[in-house]
Amino acid sequence: MPDQKQELVETIKRISGVNPRLCMKCGKCSATCPAFDAMDYHPHQFVDMVDRGQIDKLLASKSLYTCLSCFACVERCPRTVEPARLIEAVRLAVIRQQGRNHFKADQLPGLLDEDLPQQAIASAFRKYSK
Amino acid sequence: MVFSYFPGCTLKTKAVELDRYTRKSAEALGIELRELPEWQCCGAVYPQAKDEIATKLSSVRALAEARDEGLELVTVCSGCYHVIKRVNHDMQADEDIALRANNYMKLDNPYHGETRVLHFLEVLRDRVGFDELKKKVVNPLTGRKIGAYYGCMLLRPASELDFDDPENPKIIEDFLRALGAEPVVYAARNECCGGYVTLEDKPLAVKRSSAVAASARAQGAEALITACPLCMYNLTKNAENGLPVYYFTELLAEALGVK
Repeated sequence: MPDQKQELVETIKRISGVNPRLCMKCGKCSATCPAFDAMDYHPHQFVDMVDRGQIDKLLASKSLYTCLSCFACVERCPRTVEPARLIEAVRLAVIRQQGRNHFKADQLPGLLDEDLPQQAIASAFRKYSK
Repeated sequence: MVFSYFPGCTLKTKAVELDRYTRKSAEALGIELRELPEWQCCGAVYPQAKDEIATKLSSVRALAEARDEGLELVTVCSGCYHVIKRVNHDMQADEDIALRANNYMKLDNPYHGETRVLHFLEVLRDRVGFDELKKKVVNPLTGRKIGAYYGCMLLRPASELDFDDPENPKIIEDFLRALGAEPVVYAARNECCGGYVTLEDKPLAVKRSSAVAASARAQGAEALITACPLCMYNLTKNAENGLPVYYFTELLAEALGVK
């Protein structure tokens, strides 16, 4: 693995606090994930692919934006791997780059309706932009 | 009973009724909620990465202010509760985050997680007591079949939030019983409504919130209650074949005769 890629994998492991080697491959994280059908790569694959250094596919994954941060995978993992933290760290590796914000302020007016709570807007900016 | 109170951004805007009914009910129960003089939006989602510091500071500020007032900090919104309580946990348990946050804040007295964070439901359960609450009900909600919708933010991760059993919670069912209503237990009460993804992938939010409504309906619920404005939005705007949804404090105010 080229040095730069290896460094990115190490950074993702460090800022997530996740040790993918704890995983015993039971698949419970993906089985319980409410966004499973909307994902290309699933929570258990994030754990496995970060461990193998296959980071490129994850950086381009739509799952980064469909993870609901509901913490079902975190709560139900029998090995306390916490896949949601890993997905968030990979998302940060993307949106912390210049020009890579996934959600931009000029998209917002088209999405507003009169009942949309501020909580949703604050969440979307925090999750999808830097 | 006096508490510091963090209303949060949405309770001042789209969820004013959640705030209003909370204050009215608290007054009827002899609870003083003293709004923090200066508070800022908690950020709505907990920043999970260990190197996210600036995004945690508004919570630290609120927590330190409550500490300086010598009071416990009460929230009503599930999102605020989740974020502030988890940041508090970081300030207690993660030395690196605490050091860096305190370096930013330059407080006279550095903050290390001294404040206790309570959800208003915990105040009702642990400080007022559901038996005492029951005695104050003047307008019991007899015969009303209501499903408690917990969602995610109140329960998970239980290792940090310590709110209730994350897979088989009962605090809101007990609350409903105290009000004289009939709680309806259903499988999806602690599954996600879709949350903020309504802005990114609306069909996914429709699917999730519809699954919650269908699960509650199948067990005979006639209405749902929630503590979260975003759950309220998804369950009322996105759920197909949805149910009426109320904030828990609206039913509380009704039962206490102060609505």
